[in-house]
Amino acid sequence: MTESYPLRTFIAHAVLILGILIVAFPIYYTFVASTHSLQTILRPPLPLLPGDRFIENYSEALFGGVGRIGGVSVGTLLFNTTVMALGIAIGKICISILSAYAIVFFRFPLRMTFFWLIFVTLMLPVEVRILPTYKVMVDFGLIDTYAGLIVPIIASATATLLFRQFFLTIPGELVEAARVDGAGPFRFFKDILLPLSKTNIAALFVILFIYGWTQYLWPLLVTNRNDMNTIVIALRKMISFADADTEWHLVMVTCMLAIVPPILVVVLMQRWFVRGLVDTEK
Amino acid sequence: MATVDLKDVKKIYAGGVEAVKGVSIAIPDKALCVLVGPSGCGKSTLLRMIAGLESISAGAVSIDGKVVNAIGPTERDIAMVFQNYALYPHMKVYDNMAYGLRNRGTPKDEIDKRVRETAKTLELSALLDRRPRELSGGQRQRVAMGRAIVRNPKVFLFDEPLSNLDAKLRGQMRVEIKNLQRALGVTSVYVTHDQLEAMTLADQLVVMNAGLVEQIGDPLDIYEKPASTFVASFIGAPPMNLLALTRDGAGRMPAGSPEEMAAIGHGSAAGSTALASAAPMLTDGSLVPFAPQAAAILGFRPEDADVTHGAEAPDGALAIPAAVEAVEPVGAESFLYCAAAGTRIIVRVHGRATARPDDQLRVVVRAEKLHWFDEAGKRV
Repeated sequence: MTESYPLRTFIAHAVLILGILIVAFPIYYTFVASTHSLQTILRPPLPLLPGDRFIENYSEALFGGVGRIGGVSVGTLLFNTTVMALGIAIGKICISILSAYAIVFFRFPLRMTFFWLIFVTLMLPVEVRILPTYKVMVDFGLIDTYAGLIVPIIASATATLLFRQFFLTIPGELVEAARVDGAGPFRFFKDILLPLSKTNIAALFVILFIYGWTQYLWPLLVTNRNDMNTIVIALRKMISFADADTEWHLVMVTCMLAIVPPILVVVLMQRWFVRGLVDTEK
Repeated sequence: MATVDLKDVKKIYAGGVEAVKGVSIAIPDKALCVLVGPSGCGKSTLLRMIAGLESISAGAVSIDGKVVNAIGPTERDIAMVFQNYALYPHMKVYDNMAYGLRNRGTPKDEIDKRVRETAKTLELSALLDRRPRELSGGQRQRVAMGRAIVRNPKVFLFDEPLSNLDAKLRGQMRVEIKNLQRALGVTSVYVTHDQLEAMTLADQLVVMNAGLVEQIGDPLDIYEKPASTFVASFIGAPPMNLLALTRDGAGRMPAGSPEEMAAIGHGSAAGSTALASAAPMLTDGSLVPFAPQAAAILGFRPEDADVTHGAEAPDGALAIPAAVEAVEPVGAESFLYCAAAGTRIIVRVHGRATARPDDQLRVVVRAEKLHWFDEAGKRV
């Protein structure tokens, strides 16, 4: 695009701006609603400009507790969800990078069998094995614990495959150079493989964090206590069938707060994330 | 500091493919031994077996008199320079060089001293803080060398280290490697498929073909007395001209009149006929007295041949009628590509060639410059 076509540029930008408006408007509207009182929200039409109850609403949700979910504060919910999302993301990365390392760089009996076993689990989503998994969690007494939230979904065939594909692109000479240089398997992993996988790890972290953050079905089953809920489950519980019974202003606040951490993760990791998807440092 | 001995070393892969079929080489201390051969001849496999990167199916590899078959690459105290350099992409030049020392638990100040010293020798001092991708090919090559040198190992192993460089840089690095190796006095094994590199670098040249050693020796000895037609055509550029001689019904080299004499060609009927008609022009039947009884293939180097337009040929020389197909002037010398004896003969002449394509002339080779090989290609 060295030549300039003013009309074309204008149309392109117009379309892009329109797209952003369409995507962003509901979020903006949620934000507007979160700054009004319940009465204003329930009395249509809802104003298009933010109200004056920003500080009151947010501090009430974050520190005061929401009545419909047993007075648990949104702060607790955020903490729970963060623990779970981080646990899932970090756990998945650790487990899958190690299993990919074993599959790619070591020769052991039934290596390919193990690889295919991991591969096959891709075809078994959580929903299929949800009953046995639930039973196991009950037997272990892990209901309403962080471990119960994290462990059953901590293994990831997708991430293992991704790391495997990346490891396969690492030239054999590099592995041999490390061997000649006296790096054992652990050193090779720590000094060569991990630094080279940085961008892949970052990209996976973003994807897996959001995956963990938005989990619905499993947290719904495995948490009963209100103070162990994740933010997504709590949101659902806050909404009653009767409009007047629902604290809409707090629901909106919770919605806004639920969006913030994933956005933060994406924005902060964006540079790494894009590099991980686009190029590999070789 | 160390000798390297290979005794009947074999490599048989899981599929049953025999890559190295019993190789014995004794590399003296401080020598630069070059393994040369076409791709797939097993030279790299052999090098990797010395390095300990490939298991040894049979035979023994000893470094400094100690059999190292069961020892890993780290404990063998070798350093290797790879074809694609295999630098750690995420590490700075300094760390690339220091990594091997760190893994061996060398004290920090000792590492620093040695890395900086080596960097100075290789003119890398200004590049220590760069990453490999910020370096040119030649610089990367140097870092790879530095990584090997800094460890001060018993043996250097080079796996086609110059094949990714352009021609000019390759010549330059070749000289550098040679000088460095001599200065450090470290026993080295160098693998290449480039015969020029092999000739210029080697103290001891090993020509390999199809998993076997064809010839071991001083490069010039090998050049002057190739043990087989394979070596003859592999060492030297352009390669040695080889003409197949056919035998008569009695199973002997035809002797007597030029007409019944040496039919030269590829041994094929067509080649024989072509030569039969050309045969009268071979000098007065004196070809055969040169030839040992077992000879079946005649060879001569392009630079040992000359061309003459005249009818007369010097005594004690072989004269083969030929037609010039192409002339390649390279400056100091010219190459004549001639069709003769049903095959192609290359002649190297000094300076400008007077011959033009389609000229009819005779290729003249003095008797003592002829090489004779038997039917199996072994030197007679």
